[in-house]
Amino acid sequence: MEQSLINLIAIHKTYGSGDAQVKALNGVNLEVKEGELVAVMGASGSGKSTLLAIAGGLEKPDSGTARVSGLELFSTTEKELSRLRRQTIGYVFQDFNLIPSLTAIENVALPLELDGMPRRQAREEAEKALKLMQISEIAKRFPEEVSGGQRQRVAIARSIVGSRKVILADEPTGALDSRTGEAVIKALRERVDGGAAGVLVTHDAKNAAWADRILLIRDGVIVDEATTKRDLKELIKNV
Amino acid sequence: MYILTMSLKHSILAVLSIGDCHGYQIRQEIESRTGETWDINIGQVYSTLDRLQRDNLVTAGKANSEGQISYSITDLGKAEAIHWLTKPIEQSAQSRNELAIKLALAVTLPGIDTTTILQTQKISTLQNLQLLTTSKMTSDVEEGKDVAWLLILDSQIFALEAELRWLDHVEGVLLSVAARGLAPQNELNNEPAKRGRPTKIQGDN
Repeated sequence: MEQSLINLIAIHKTYGSGDAQVKALNGVNLEVKEGELVAVMGASGSGKSTLLAIAGGLEKPDSGTARVSGLELFSTTEKELSRLRRQTIGYVFQDFNLIPSLTAIENVALPLELDGMPRRQAREEAEKALKLMQISEIAKRFPEEVSGGQRQRVAIARSIVGSRKVILADEPTGALDSRTGEAVIKALRERVDGGAAGVLVTHDAKNAAWADRILLIRDGVIVDEATTKRDLKELIKNV
Repeated sequence: MYILTMSLKHSILAVLSIGDCHGYQIRQEIESRTGETWDINIGQVYSTLDRLQRDNLVTAGKANSEGQISYSITDLGKAEAIHWLTKPIEQSAQSRNELAIKLALAVTLPGIDTTTILQTQKISTLQNLQLLTTSKMTSDVEEGKDVAWLLILDSQIFALEAELRWLDHVEGVLLSVAARGLAPQNELNNEPAKRGRPTKIQGDN
């Protein structure tokens, strides 16, 4: 049976106070297993990014339990949490967050080197990640020398490098064109299939459709879920 | 389905523009060239060929030893095929959007929860989108034969994406209408109709 890598139980999170109070999450449960990609869709302000931030240990919920890769995030030490964030969780954001003065491969190897891995070994791991993203040819280029789609694939390579088992992506295709965006999501999908758990926050249904499950979130509550059921032949013939 | 039925005539002409074919061959060619998504009734192929012959767009040759008749395209038929391939397809008013009509009616009916209708539709559309995407994931674009299939898949994927965007838009419009206290009409209009079906006359069939 697949291992449950993300397990959020009864998560509540409120921002502000008094009249300005906003309930970002109101009793959300989320379980993501190894090999599973879950997409979260919802309008702006629905709480989807907050959910991702809590799953990544970047924000603390007001109440509820968040367990990632067996570790209970908010009852552990800050040191343990930092280690989990560095070694287990990979983040992909819309704005890439690459360091301009480092080449693609240096950007990808950086988290491993910071974690104490010998430089040569970190480079080897980074090469593998770049290869998986099909961008080995730009390894020695700087971020400004490559296209937006390639930059985003470097960012994904950095998020999955090493033994990261949890990948959290927030609108990873941003302003990329349709085909490049699809290539980025496909790469993410392949990495998850290779043995990770992924959560993808997106407003783009075409991207969300690559997930095994699509959760709809509204006003901090998961209101529904889509999983594939229908027969493809039947669908095509009914169009 | 309506669009597919309508394009059979032109698809036959398009295939015959490559060379002469008999009925079964035409069916096979169209099916393989549209990603095997179109299950064509052979009877429909022959009845369409009869009409094309009547309109001087194709001619029928003599039956071979197996009784198969080979059809050829005429110059008029070639011109018709080119015309069809190069003109834009009008989205016919006859292919009414049932979803748009259902939602338009639903918002005027008292006691109907449009939020739930929208959400149910959204989930169903998302599931279909997932299914098409799964199929795309497993298709091998490198193999030439899959290109037709991928084009059909992409067409459906983009259509479903547009439907989802429209559903989001409808949700937003309804929220904004509700916030402004503007309820769509929901009572029957009992004023006498000015025009309607004429009263049946005795003895009339």
